[in-house]
Amino acid sequence: MTTKTEQTAPAQTKPGSQIIVDTLLEQGVEVLFGYLGGVVLPLFDKLYDSPIRVIIPRHEQGGCHMADAYARSTGKVGVMIATSGPGATNLTTGLATAMMDSVPIVALTGQVRTDLIGNDAFQEADTTGITRPITKHNVIIKNPNDLAHTIREAFYIASTGRPGPVLIDIPVDMQVAQVPVTPPQPIELPGYRVREHGHARQISSAAEAINASQRPVLYVGGGVISGNASEPLRKLAKKANIPVTMTLMGLGAFDQNDPLSLDMLGMHGAAYANFAVQESDLLICVGARFDDRVTGKLKTFASHARIIHIDLDPSSIAKNVPVDIPVVGNARYVLADLLEQVEYRERKEWFERIAELKKRYPLRYDRNSKMIKPQYVIEELWHQTQGQAIITTGVGQHQMWTAQFYKFSRPRQFITSGGLGTMGFGLPAAIGAQIGNPGALVVDIDGDSSFNMTLTELSTAVMYELPIKICLINNGYMGMVRQWQELFYGRRYSCSSLKNPDFARLAEAFGAVGLSARKKEEVPAVIKAMLEEKKPCLADFYVDPEENVWPMVPTGKSLHEMDGLNLLEMA
Amino acid sequence: MKHILSALVHNKPGVLAHVAGMFAARAFNIDSLAVGRTDDPSLSRMTIVVVGDDRVVEQVRKQLAKIVTVVKVQDFAGMDVVARDLMLISIACPPEKRPEILALVEMFQGKVVDIGIKFVMVEVAGPENKIEAFIEACRPYGIKNLVRTGTVAMPRQTQTKTEHNTDNSI
Repeated sequence: MTTKTEQTAPAQTKPGSQIIVDTLLEQGVEVLFGYLGGVVLPLFDKLYDSPIRVIIPRHEQGGCHMADAYARSTGKVGVMIATSGPGATNLTTGLATAMMDSVPIVALTGQVRTDLIGNDAFQEADTTGITRPITKHNVIIKNPNDLAHTIREAFYIASTGRPGPVLIDIPVDMQVAQVPVTPPQPIELPGYRVREHGHARQISSAAEAINASQRPVLYVGGGVISGNASEPLRKLAKKANIPVTMTLMGLGAFDQNDPLSLDMLGMHGAAYANFAVQESDLLICVGARFDDRVTGKLKTFASHARIIHIDLDPSSIAKNVPVDIPVVGNARYVLADLLEQVEYRERKEWFERIAELKKRYPLRYDRNSKMIKPQYVIEELWHQTQGQAIITTGVGQHQMWTAQFYKFSRPRQFITSGGLGTMGFGLPAAIGAQIGNPGALVVDIDGDSSFNMTLTELSTAVMYELPIKICLINNGYMGMVRQWQELFYGRRYSCSSLKNPDFARLAEAFGAVGLSARKKEEVPAVIKAMLEEKKPCLADFYVDPEENVWPMVPTGKSLHEMDGLNLLEMA
Repeated sequence: MKHILSALVHNKPGVLAHVAGMFAARAFNIDSLAVGRTDDPSLSRMTIVVVGDDRVVEQVRKQLAKIVTVVKVQDFAGMDVVARDLMLISIACPPEKRPEILALVEMFQGKVVDIGIKFVMVEVAGPENKIEAFIEACRPYGIKNLVRTGTVAMPRQTQTKTEHNTDNSI
């Protein structure tokens, strides 16, 4: 049938698979991540001759995290290709991760022939059905003429408004069909509106509130980074003289070396950030969403403060807390507009109070311990990299310590799974970030349990000769789970300790370099050796197995009711 | 409080699943849902009745509007609207009961659409409380089968400020 179509087709037709590749090129795709399978063979055949660089992960989940981190670290759209059935289902964790953290990804999945759909064919899965709640938008192609404009729409939807993953399911017969080549049409999506600029009256109200405030705090999230709004944020904080606290996703949005930085807030945030929020009279939330890990008990969260909420997504506003001044718009434009209307205020008492809190409750740990403290490893890494590395993480204690002890100074420097909390994100994310930033130093600060989940991607790092570093905070436990079991389940460590492999030797077996440190005094030299290594390199740090993350706002408690304050408090 | 949401959506496969899935995923309850094509074949209209406090329903409205294939969402709360349900009901109707039942049907401005030896099928359209009242009136005779569309609604051209804004009469 295909042959017949080819014979009768007019000259200006191309196979669907070629249309896909051409449209990807038109969208500026230079590199994509993809894993082969039966129903994407036509597409990969066309990629063979294309200038697009294809990175093959060892598992589709890893590939999707790579595309995700590529997008987060570069601001471009990440592209992932997988086959039907298991290929597509393996993408789900990666798509959900990107969805929760608003990361632009275009995922293309192969699908069985249209005449087989619904017949439980080999490697058939209802991919659009499965991925609907974990994508910003998804669509299955039933007419090959729809290929080009659907791909264009996917890039547009993924990268505009609140970004997110978009999936296109492409049955194999769509890839082999002959498709007439047509010039691009303007994108028309009735009902898809993006309000980039904030409402002028709302912005004026916000500016008035800021100018009148005695104790304001800027509480900023990932929306500042995805909206490329760091520069207007910095200017606003400086001009109006307002301290800035960041969510996990917001780290890097504001330079943590700046005296106005209050560092991270929330469950494991800095005590001074949490106290400042609770004592504030005005909370200016920019591109964050009042997540339960940030607010603690909602009823008592910033209860003395009026709340300004600037967000691109209207559904984020007033979802969890009532908002006094909502502003729908892109942080970049809203902050720039606000900047013109705010005035400098000295706020002497407020900054004295903040200085007192910072002095009294610094982020710290036991430096005199004989064991390797995980915080020490991260702090030492921060020193040796001059705070300039791109850092990725898994999820758990090591992620929180990284957020606390690696001081980030620029946006897109910290790549972590915040919303979904995906263990195993760190290594593939480091690979994706390194692909997107070839000259940069990329370090995955990982936990042993997180690393165990996706370590097969070491093979990918070796294959593409990526000089990524893995700084393994190895405590032999699922550390965060163990901490909760210690604190809330009477130290009954049910199923939370693992028998680990020798990670350094494992790295060597993969063709990477493996190092390890069991003694505190070895740490600086091992970090130095790791950073000097040109090959992918893993350094395994055997840290204090029962170290905890402090402070901690236990579930259901108010943000100022932190445990562990006595351990942080300076006399 | 009951809210009637009216959503204009793309008439494409998967849109209904997306809307229904969003309600389930966010633990919102749908009281009724009616879907049909509009005069523009590329668009469908969904009328969704939800029960919840204003904050919950506002969140439902925003989440609906966020779906890429949803063009426009309106909450009719506080508006003067005409709201109608359609019901087909099959009532036990031995010949001796016919006059009684037909009188009842007439009272509710219903229409007999099928009649047999044992049952009569009646079509009734109207505001929800009229439909409910008719069901109650039929219950003593025995209801064999019943099917309802769920509410469809449209705002009136002239909005009058009354306390009960959902129209109950023709």
